[in-house]
Amino acid sequence: MRYVCLIYFDPKKVFNGSPEAEAVLAELGPHAAELQASGQLVMGQPLTLPNEAMTVQVRDGKMSATDGPFMETKEMLGGFTIIESRDLNEAVQIAARHPYAKLGFIEVRPGVDYRKPRPRL
Amino acid sequence: MKTPNARDALEAAYRTEARRVRATLIRLLGGFDPAEDALHEAFAAAAEQWPRDGVPPNPYGWLVSTGRNRLISRWRRQAQVTGALPELAALSEASAEPPTPEVIQDDELRLLFVCCHPALTPDARIALTLREVGGLTTEEIARAYLTPAPTIAQRIVRAKAKIRDEAIPYEVPTRAELPARLESVLAVVYLIFNEGYAATVGPSLTRADLSSEAIRLARLLNQLLQEPDEPEALGLLALMLLHDARRTTRVDQAGDLVLLEDQDRAQWDRAQLTEARALLQRALASRRVGPYILQAAIADLHAEAPDTASTDWSQIVALYDVLRRVDPSPVVALNRAVALGMRDGPEAGLLAVEAVLGEGALDEYHLAHAARADLQRRLGLIEAARASYQRALQLARQPAEQRFLRARLARLAAEPADPTRR
Repeated sequence: MRYVCLIYFDPKKVFNGSPEAEAVLAELGPHAAELQASGQLVMGQPLTLPNEAMTVQVRDGKMSATDGPFMETKEMLGGFTIIESRDLNEAVQIAARHPYAKLGFIEVRPGVDYRKPRPRL
Repeated sequence: MKTPNARDALEAAYRTEARRVRATLIRLLGGFDPAEDALHEAFAAAAEQWPRDGVPPNPYGWLVSTGRNRLISRWRRQAQVTGALPELAALSEASAEPPTPEVIQDDELRLLFVCCHPALTPDARIALTLREVGGLTTEEIARAYLTPAPTIAQRIVRAKAKIRDEAIPYEVPTRAELPARLESVLAVVYLIFNEGYAATVGPSLTRADLSSEAIRLARLLNQLLQEPDEPEALGLLALMLLHDARRTTRVDQAGDLVLLEDQDRAQWDRAQLTEARALLQRALASRRVGPYILQAAIADLHAEAPDTASTDWSQIVALYDVLRRVDPSPVVALNRAVALGMRDGPEAGLLAVEAVLGEGALDEYHLAHAARADLQRRLGLIEAARASYQRALQLARQPAEQRFLRARLARLAAEPADPTRR
């Protein structure tokens, strides 16, 4: 099964130069290499801060684009990895090894299985 | 130079060895999570090396030592980045011990006992046993129990944390502790079986996968525990085989419930019934009789009778009397009352069922009201029977049971109020 790990953190806690944060940043490379070597990593992509982002939408055929997103919460989406694992518990366990789990939090989302019907809400 | 043989061997190894490799790795690495990581490392390494270098003569031993060594070197690399991990020192003596057959068996047994540890909640025991011993995925367990996967995942995460935090030892209980600890294991296995056999919620009445998994677990347990036999473990296996042999006749093609008296006994799985009887004889030979053996003995009397009328109801009532002494639960009392009704007639049965209902514990139990309704119907007490069926219908959660009760109510409307009719 494929799972997407959405990594959230407060940039002020990550990029403040503290020894704790620097230690986490130093682990990122080796952690990615481990995950790659074990065959569990499908892909990963760190993201820049939201002030470099645009949000786009189309309504009534018209496109509008705004800066941001600027959310009220301090935590922002900082990147994601896509992993391959046996089940949800194994995915959670892999996600818990991610260095950012120590500073922020990681949302583990199962990828959609197209053999199942779409949810009706 | 990829040979298809290596690929087959790898798949076969995953099916047959993964459970045992995991069980041993938990002991060697001191926890579920590192064992899971090491297991993954081991199979990743096998996928890479077996096609190139050939399949090792002892896949189990190869997988255990490779998984362990790879995880330890990973920990070492991480320690260089983050500062030493405290537990590393103890584990760095990475001489793989030679895995002997005894070790394999003990590890599987340890795993089963840890997963069913009384310190864990019953729900957690079931989820952990199915995942760690049964090899089901979190999502499969969630589907079987019609529960959201994150709920099951959470149960498993918490149970593992509890095992870690309370330092629940990874060991087979001593002979002195064994009876109490075994009781918990048997209860978990029987709960899994029952969830598969008589699903409490959801559309289908039997969920065969859970039942066969429970039977597989009980077989494993008996295999691991033999010499000396554990009579109750044998009794449970016999009981589940006896029930399971009737599986296909319990519901008709429309998915509706078929009562024991109407089941096509020619369709019962005779080979399985014979196997169960042999197990039951072995268990009875121990002269230590427990609730599973007694229930199996009752099920066996049903299985050997050609029909309801020639069933040995006296013997069944006698067995229920013994069962009630070891397991004084109201459900056992109810079953005994129903058997009494078959032995002495509906009037005696109704008195007995009403006595059980009068205790109050089965007020919310739909089958108690259904049993009462059936006896009232046979005595021609049509109005009383209608009220009882309606109460049962209010309490029943399972669509097939609800359909059955509605059909009974409909038939009741056409029934003449004739007390001489049975």
